[in-house]
Amino acid sequence: MDILPILSTLRRHKITALLVIIEIALTCAIVCNAVFLVSQRLDRIHMVSGVAEHELLQVELANIGAKADEKARTAEDLAALRQISGVTSVASVNQAPFSNSSSNSGIKLDPNQKQSTLSATTYFGENTAETLGVQLIAGRFFQADEYKELDDVVKAFGAGDTKGVPHTVMITRTLAERLWPGQQVLGKRLYMGSEIPLTVVGVVKDLVRPAIWDDATAQYSMLLPIRVNSGRYLIRTAPQERDRVLKAALEKLKQANPHRVVLQKRTWDEIRDKFFQNDRAMSGLLVGVCVALLVVTALGIVGLASFWVAQRRRMIGVRRALGATRGNILHYFQTENFLLATIGIAVGMVLAYGINLFLMVHYELPRLPAIYFPIGAVLLWSIGQAAVLGPAMRAAAVPPVVATRSV
Amino acid sequence: MFGYYLDLALRSLRRNKVLTTLMILALALGIGASITTLTVLTLLSGDPLPQKSSQLFYPQVDPYPKDRPFSRSGEKVPWLLSYVDAMNLIHAHKAERQAAVALSQVKLTPQVQGEKSFYADGVLTTADFFPMFDTPFQYGAGWTAADDESRAQVAVIAGFVNDKLFGGANSVGRMIRIEDHDFRIIGVLGRWAPQPRFYALHLGGRNYGKGEAVFLPLQGARAADVMPSMMMSYGPSSDMQHLETSQSIWLGLWVQLPGAADVSAYKLFLGNYAQQQVALGRFQQSRVALSDLMSWLRDQQVVPDDVRLQAGLAFGFLLICVVNTVGLLLAKCLRRSREIGVRRALGASRGAIFAQFLVEAGVIGLAGGVLGLLFVLLGLWGIRHQPAPYASLALLDVQMFVFTFVVALVASLIAGLLPAWRACVVAPAPQLKAA
Repeated sequence: MDILPILSTLRRHKITALLVIIEIALTCAIVCNAVFLVSQRLDRIHMVSGVAEHELLQVELANIGAKADEKARTAEDLAALRQISGVTSVASVNQAPFSNSSSNSGIKLDPNQKQSTLSATTYFGENTAETLGVQLIAGRFFQADEYKELDDVVKAFGAGDTKGVPHTVMITRTLAERLWPGQQVLGKRLYMGSEIPLTVVGVVKDLVRPAIWDDATAQYSMLLPIRVNSGRYLIRTAPQERDRVLKAALEKLKQANPHRVVLQKRTWDEIRDKFFQNDRAMSGLLVGVCVALLVVTALGIVGLASFWVAQRRRMIGVRRALGATRGNILHYFQTENFLLATIGIAVGMVLAYGINLFLMVHYELPRLPAIYFPIGAVLLWSIGQAAVLGPAMRAAAVPPVVATRSV
Repeated sequence: MFGYYLDLALRSLRRNKVLTTLMILALALGIGASITTLTVLTLLSGDPLPQKSSQLFYPQVDPYPKDRPFSRSGEKVPWLLSYVDAMNLIHAHKAERQAAVALSQVKLTPQVQGEKSFYADGVLTTADFFPMFDTPFQYGAGWTAADDESRAQVAVIAGFVNDKLFGGANSVGRMIRIEDHDFRIIGVLGRWAPQPRFYALHLGGRNYGKGEAVFLPLQGARAADVMPSMMMSYGPSSDMQHLETSQSIWLGLWVQLPGAADVSAYKLFLGNYAQQQVALGRFQQSRVALSDLMSWLRDQQVVPDDVRLQAGLAFGFLLICVVNTVGLLLAKCLRRSREIGVRRALGASRGAIFAQFLVEAGVIGLAGGVLGLLFVLLGLWGIRHQPAPYASLALLDVQMFVFTFVVALVASLIAGLLPAWRACVVAPAPQLKAA
């Protein structure tokens, strides 16, 4: 294909050519970054939780009554919930993954350390690991005799009694790898604050935190053998039984004490949906903007190319009269568009990189992976070609006789 | 003359309907996106109390030990105050008004048989809260400093709670059951929900959205065991049951300082206070901070990152739409070289041609603005149905309504400049010869 005549034509239409280039460059830069942002959000939305996703129900009640009978009431509630047919496991917990409210604790590897190594979330509750359905990859779950009441633990801790506090802990593999990289972790010891030594007895594959500030620490979770009576229940059942079990559970709990306020009653899928709803809305918006951008750019190219073709009807006629085939004319406009798109893409890549640098500084975004550049280029090339096809075909259809008319 | 140009512009636009539609649509999309996001951005970064904000200040001190600082870098001054510090600063009376604030989830039990208890957002604060923040009262008034000291169990309720529980009637003097204690209603607020909810930052509530349901005297509510939503401990004696004496921070403090002299005097007082606490051994550091309301909101980055990102993206989009319009207008005007040649030969000056093409661009801008306004309304409607806490605030105000057309006109005129200039430098003779 002859590129030189195209270049010399473009040189005579510098401004129009430049506008096409600018438009493609801006679109390329924005779309690359927007798609990258969407992929980040999608990664977040699909974050691994480590729990039995479609089998869990959460019920949260307030006002259990006077302090003294909290323990008895919880036991009563749990027994009632277990009776519901289809329920495989029930736990009274202090917090649930992805539910936004969390209790966290600093961890030290050495009690004399001044600053804690990291902060991890602490899951309490009898049977919590089994009910959540976390996958054990080393060691064991807690045994019945390891559990202690939260009130007793707080009292023992206040009195400086180390016997009354738990001695064992289960951690996620991410936490294990972060605390003791590449080592056998079962039997290792960590400290909650400076005071409570805990021995690792089990490692679970994944267990996500209730609230996530930084995606890198999303899996920093520990499970402790402490019973809690906070009115927060997790129920596990078969996926198709969930609606029925939830209804039955509320009924049972209401029977046990009609004066309680139900704060929360939902399936795990709803918890997950709610937790990531902002991310979903934002990715929807970004996708919408990308599509709108590409459409506007494509229409812009169609418009410009049409005018270009109309303006050069005479020239096309002359070329056809001098022996150029329809194919030649078609290719001429296609190549011209390809050239403009290539320059636009090259400029756009530099711009995209610049925007990414800006976002990295201001929004703590990672670097744009190199794979986006070729994909972005192919995308814009195809859009350019698709947009120019119509006008180019119209150009190819110009009959040679136009050359002889003085229109 | 203008009328004639307008007529020419409309004729020219009608001649090529597809292209005109395309230009208007693209411009409208860009304007719709950018004004929608800008509306949200200005709403979220607005001044919650325009008449008062320059007088309101947020003092901070640092009770954290040196080796276990509040933030990992050790640079941030703690966001909240301990009860002891908040009370010391209030009782010093160094500002015209001062109020400590904590948020809480409280259980309200209607006094009507058969009505269920429900949870509502509450504010625990001290007497000056109401006059300092200019809260409007439908009925009654706030409590006094004496009520604070006597731990009076009184309450100010929001208008919407009064509507719900008392059917909007004057409920001053009636009782309301909060966390199983009886509180006497002494005031009912009118509509009051400053955005952002500046006084709620870091207290465990939302930064935007509707106001709280009940306002309780801090000491009186604590006597009824109402717990704050947020507390952070900085030392070993951080017993949740005895928050007043514990080493934990859970209160925000606002002070009103009317003049510059008051501000510098308060700064001095705050610095002296911290040094005095260091001397007493309560603090290890004498760092303090005093920010005015707007800089406090700015420093705490109360506007969500996503919103700023969206605005940036939308203006990028508008830029592309403008470039697109430039290209199309230019192509159009180049095609009309002959028409321009004829007009020039008949005596039209360059200025006249320039004006004619700018009018044409302006018409596109206006049409784009009208259509863009529809897109803005649609966009804001979409945002109101989003899960964000600020969603319900997304409404178009008069300023933004006008601004939409300003942006549309400016964008289209900028887009029209280059084509109009190209049109007016067309030399008439060659165009006439070619014909």
